[in-house]
Amino acid sequence: MDFLRPGSWEEALAAKAEHPTAVPIAGGTDVMVEINFDHRRPEYLLDLNRIGELNDWEVGEDSVRLGASVPYTSIMENLRAELPGLALASHTVASPQIRNRGGVGGNLGTASPAGDAHPALLAAGAEVEVESVRGSRRIPIDDFYTGVKRNALAADELIRAVHIKKAEGPQQFSKVGTRNAMVIAVCAFGLALHPSSRTVRTGIGSAAPTPVRAKAAEEFLNAALEEGGFWDNGKIITPSVAKQFADLCAAACNPIDDVRGTASYRRHAVGIMARRTLTWTWESYRGTAATEGAA
Amino acid sequence: MRVNFTVNGRPQEADDVWEGESLLYVLRERLGLPGAKNACEQGECGSCTVRLDGVPVCSCLVAAGQVEGREVVTVEGLAEYARQRTCGSGKCDTSAKGATSLDDAQRWSAHGTDSQTGEGTELSPVQQAFIDAGAVQCGFCTPGLLVAADEMLERNPTPTDADIREALSGNLCRCTGYETIMNAVRLAAARQSEAV
Repeated sequence: MDFLRPGSWEEALAAKAEHPTAVPIAGGTDVMVEINFDHRRPEYLLDLNRIGELNDWEVGEDSVRLGASVPYTSIMENLRAELPGLALASHTVASPQIRNRGGVGGNLGTASPAGDAHPALLAAGAEVEVESVRGSRRIPIDDFYTGVKRNALAADELIRAVHIKKAEGPQQFSKVGTRNAMVIAVCAFGLALHPSSRTVRTGIGSAAPTPVRAKAAEEFLNAALEEGGFWDNGKIITPSVAKQFADLCAAACNPIDDVRGTASYRRHAVGIMARRTLTWTWESYRGTAATEGAA
Repeated sequence: MRVNFTVNGRPQEADDVWEGESLLYVLRERLGLPGAKNACEQGECGSCTVRLDGVPVCSCLVAAGQVEGREVVTVEGLAEYARQRTCGSGKCDTSAKGATSLDDAQRWSAHGTDSQTGEGTELSPVQQAFIDAGAVQCGFCTPGLLVAADEMLERNPTPTDADIREALSGNLCRCTGYETIMNAVRLAAARQSEAV
């Protein structure tokens, strides 16, 4: 094994181009587990800790450019207003020690269906900025996950940042596990309201081979909200609409039975989380709308 | 490969380090610092918690090569770390300010460079609180808890119970002595606020 220590982003790209099998390591919370348990013996480890810019974020007009290595702790502490869904999801990641090291870049690199950031990214809308010596490109989050622990990265590419749309409405994240800390999701659900486009986006974690959106459920809900004039009148969402939305979210799952839960439990739980997060976000939206109306 | 870094304020050099080795292994097996414990090796238990550039991390998940040039504090150095923090904020008894006093210099040498078990060093407030509250059973989780609790008290001198539980949520105690651990941290916080 060789340990590569690039001091800059350009050096990292050059190293990855020269050694496409090199495994990038930042927080180490996935890679080191595999090495400790002898599940993986990479030829090269590519340490990204020396590249300071990966720890930076910029809040822009419409989106946040989040450096690949920004630890979850920083997201929770600094970006709760701009990225509420991701901040909530970050808070459910493992423990303080892990949140101090791990970040969204690693979550995307591993692309585990159980990664906590994915439902929040899918719901908010995001693009992954990847780069190689050949150039830079942005991969829409909907095209990023290509299979179980597979993503759209080419062998010579590295994840540099994630561009996440700033919240313009309430967002929620919900996760099922056996306790509050140190839990790999049995399943998880993210939901974001986008009032300006009058749309709702979702993200489902750990209930399909990849993180997925419940697109049929979104389309149904968008149409139902539009038809009922809900975005304007701020009424309570009718229980039948919420139930239909929940059922369609459950139907979007393609889960398996494993040590953490059964497929049928996951489907059921995703439906429950979909209904709850819809209620929470919609109540919050109604609250805001009412305040604005009064002012 | 060779790794140069600072441990508990002293420059250290580890040789023949395997590239896939963890910081925990280097500390325990190469530097003779067995305070950080090796249990789960997957970041679940927190018994290997150390400070890396001040931040609490699981040392089993830090690759040795990643600590090159960086600063690590282990439980062995916790008492000294806490003492310096107190003095740095002007809350210790030494009248000397600025340059190292003769007294300080003598005390530094008296600690010796080989006191790897912390013997002969005064305990940190959080360590003393763990003893006084009876928060140590088998003791395996204790070092990780001490490092995590000390860092929380540094950041948040008046923690609520929820704050303590959250800060220690990454540290498992298989004796399940959590209530006395909570008592110990509350005690350390109370003593800390009295001292101010």
